Amino acid sequence: MQIFINRIPHDVDASATLADALGLAQAQPPFAAAVNLQFVPKTQYTATPLKAGDQIEIIAPITGG
Amino acid sequence: MNDASTSVATDTLVLYGETFQSRLLLGTARYPSPSGMEAALRRAKPAMVTASLRRQGVVSADTSNAFWELLKKLGIPVLPNTAGCHSMQEVITTAHMAREVFETDWIKLELIGDDYTLQPDTLNLVEVASHLIKDGFKVLPYCTEDLVLCRKLVDVGCQAVMPWAAPIGTGKGPINPYAMRLLRERLDVPMIVDAGLGLPSHACQVMEWGYDGVLLNTAVAQAQNPLMMAGAFADAVQAGRSAYRGGVMAEQEAAQPSTPVLGTPFWHHAGD
Repeated sequence: MQIFINRIPHDVDASATLADALGLAQAQPPFAAAVNLQFVPKTQYTATPLKAGDQIEIIAPITGG
Repeated sequence: MNDASTSVATDTLVLYGETFQSRLLLGTARYPSPSGMEAALRRAKPAMVTASLRRQGVVSADTSNAFWELLKKLGIPVLPNTAGCHSMQEVITTAHMAREVFETDWIKLELIGDDYTLQPDTLNLVEVASHLIKDGFKVLPYCTEDLVLCRKLVDVGCQAVMPWAAPIGTGKGPINPYAMRLLRERLDVPMIVDAGLGLPSHACQVMEWGYDGVLLNTAVAQAQNPLMMAGAFADAVQAGRSAYRGGVMAEQEAAQPSTPVLGTPFWHHAGD
């Protein structure tokens, strides 16, 4: 199935979890994640199944005002 | 006043029960270099520094990690923002992500209502602030100088508000002094002027009016010498605060000699 990680399409297994997607994206700490605009705590990555079309956001610290 | 009551050390900024020695909050964006930012922050010794979150990949891992390490090294409390959020759900999600990444309950609430002016969405700001307060955040909302808006933010649990002086990044200084002074008189919570300050004198001015602190970024980061400007703002904030506490004299319409006139030599002899 196809999912989107930071707007980029990826093909993953139908059984993929958020943890799989983060591994696919090679997410490096520190980061946080959300699926379809809902925050997912890091303790829930492996327990969060994905479905086709899911929009995953992986964000990292940056300078800000 | 005795020495204790006039001491800078005892005149601390208190936000949500936490005490800060400085009344200056600084942003971390738009500096010419990370080393320049570090030097400016070390000079200014701000109460907090703002930071943000962006998609990994858009920001290189090296850049993000270097910034992260610098924040840890400086040890200054971090105030994450929700910059760029245009909906309440974006704000809520970003705030929760920020809390996990930065390991803090502080959040600078930004809900943008207009991209050109970066004016906050005042119609939805109160509702999202209330939501974040219930989620346990220490919310510092970026807002306008509208008295009713600020009062409603306080009503839903914000223990401080952050009205703008002018649109973000303009450096225009307070564009509505009447409303800002009136707001200060009418609202009895800590208020930090956030955005639009360009000169140290702007910061000094709002502190003289009784504002509790200022938050700025571009005025320091885009100065020709950020290190020097950081010091200038730190000094200006302190000067304005001391002036406020010292009590400003009543303005007079007519000249009044400051030197005593009694005993003036040659009085009434001129022209004799």
